[in-house]
Amino acid sequence: MSAAASAPALVEQLKGGLDAPICLTWELTYACNLECVHCLSSSGRRDPRELSTDEAKAVLDELHDLQVFYINIGGGEPMIRRDFFELVEYSISKGIGVKFSTNGAFIDADKARRLAAMDYLDIQISLDGTDAVTNDAVRGDGSYATAIQAMEHLRDAGFGEFKISVVVTRHNVDQLDEFKALADTYGAQLRITRLRPSGRGADSWHDLHPTQAQQRQIYDWLLAHGDNVLTGDSFFHLNALGEEPLPGLNMCGAGRVVCLIDPIGDVYACPFVIHDEFKAGSVRDTGGFGSVWKHSDLFTELREPQSAGACASCGSYDACQGGCMAAKFFVGIPLDGPDPECVDGYGEAAMLAASAGDVTPPKPMMDHSKPARVPVTITSR
Amino acid sequence: MLDSSLDLHPQVALRPEPFGALAYHYDTRKLVFLKHPDVVRVVQSLADHDTVADALAACEIDERRWPSFDKALTSLYESEMLHERSS
Repeated sequence: MSAAASAPALVEQLKGGLDAPICLTWELTYACNLECVHCLSSSGRRDPRELSTDEAKAVLDELHDLQVFYINIGGGEPMIRRDFFELVEYSISKGIGVKFSTNGAFIDADKARRLAAMDYLDIQISLDGTDAVTNDAVRGDGSYATAIQAMEHLRDAGFGEFKISVVVTRHNVDQLDEFKALADTYGAQLRITRLRPSGRGADSWHDLHPTQAQQRQIYDWLLAHGDNVLTGDSFFHLNALGEEPLPGLNMCGAGRVVCLIDPIGDVYACPFVIHDEFKAGSVRDTGGFGSVWKHSDLFTELREPQSAGACASCGSYDACQGGCMAAKFFVGIPLDGPDPECVDGYGEAAMLAASAGDVTPPKPMMDHSKPARVPVTITSR
Repeated sequence: MLDSSLDLHPQVALRPEPFGALAYHYDTRKLVFLKHPDVVRVVQSLADHDTVADALAACEIDERRWPSFDKALTSLYESEMLHERSS
C-alpha cells in the first residue's frame, strides 16, 4: 500500500474508518493439511457451519457493490475447498482481485497453469525457513519440500511474480537475506510479517517471537530493504527504534481499514483476533457484511480516538502507536497497555504484572486443531 | 503537465471516500489516496477536456491552487494511475 503523500492528516482520517475495507481477509475454510504451531486461526478441521458456495458468492456480490478492490483469501488451506477455483473465478469476474495464501500442497503442474492463466490473481506461498530444518520445525515435516515444489510449478507455468510469505521468528530472523535471495531466484516478491500470539501462536509465541536484539535487526533490515519487501504494515511497533519510520501507513487498521471474514461468516476486526471480544457480527446477519462494517458497535468504537493509556507519558507513542491490539490481548496485557514486544522493554514488565495479578491470557475461542493422535491398539477378542 | 491530455488509466478504479477517494490500479496493484474531493473532481473530468488546464478551469479551481494540482496529477501520472490520451 503506498500513500501518494504520507500526511499525518490522512492517517487520522483512516483511523476514523472508510466506507469499505481496503484490506479484507477472508479465511475460506478451517480445514488444513498442515498443523503449523503458530497458526493464527488454529486451523485443522473443517467447520460444518462454513459458508456454502452460494453464500460465499452472495458475499462477493456485496463486496463488489462496496467497491472492494481485492480480497486476501486464506484459511486453513483455501485450496482444500472444492469450490476454490469457482469462487476465485467468480470474484475476479466481479472485478474483485484475489490474493490467496497457500502452503502449496495443492499446486501441481496443471493447477499452476490454470492459476497462471488468470488475471488479477496473486499467490502467497507460506515459508518459514530457507531450509527444511528451520521451516519444518514450525510448519511440519515435508512442508518445505512441498512449498518449493509449488514454487517450481508456478515458475514453470510462467505465473510471474508470486509472493513468498514469511512469519519472522527468532529462528529464521538470520535468514532474511537468504529469503530475499530465494525470492529473487524465483522472480518472486518477499513478504515478511510479524508473529502474533494468536490461535495456536498463543502456545508457541513465547518460544518463537524475536528477541529484543533481533527486533533491532528486523528494523534495520527493513530500513535497508523495505521498499522492495511487503510487510502488511505489520512491524509498526518497531518505529520507536529510530527517527526514520518504516515504509507504510504505520497504524493499526483493525476495524478501520482492515477486517476478517472467517469460514463461518463471522466478521472480526482483524485476522489476528478470532475471539468473541473482537467479533463485530456475521455476514449471515440481516444487512450482511456492509451493515457489520458500517454500523457494528465494535467497529464504531474502534474508529473513535483511542486512549494511549499506560503509554501516554512515553515519548515513543507517536511512533509505535502502542503496538498491536491482538498481541496485547492474547498475552493478557490491557488494550491500552504496551505491546508485549515494546522495543523500550515495557511489554515484559506488563506481562509480568499481568501474570502476577493472576490474569489468565484469553484463549482463542475457535479451535479447529486436529485432535491429538492416540495410538490405537488392536486386540482380538 | 498542465498542457498534457490525460485520462484515468483504464485499469484504475476510483472509490469515493469521506476524505476524497481511493484509486486502485488492477495491473500494478498500487493503491493511492486522492486526498481532496477537488482532486477527485478534476481527475474525473480529465477525459472531457483537451488539457489538464482546461479541466482545472472547468472545475473552477482557483489558479493559485494550480501548482499543487499540477504536482498531485504529475505524481498520479508517474505511478501510472493517469495516462496520456492518444487522441
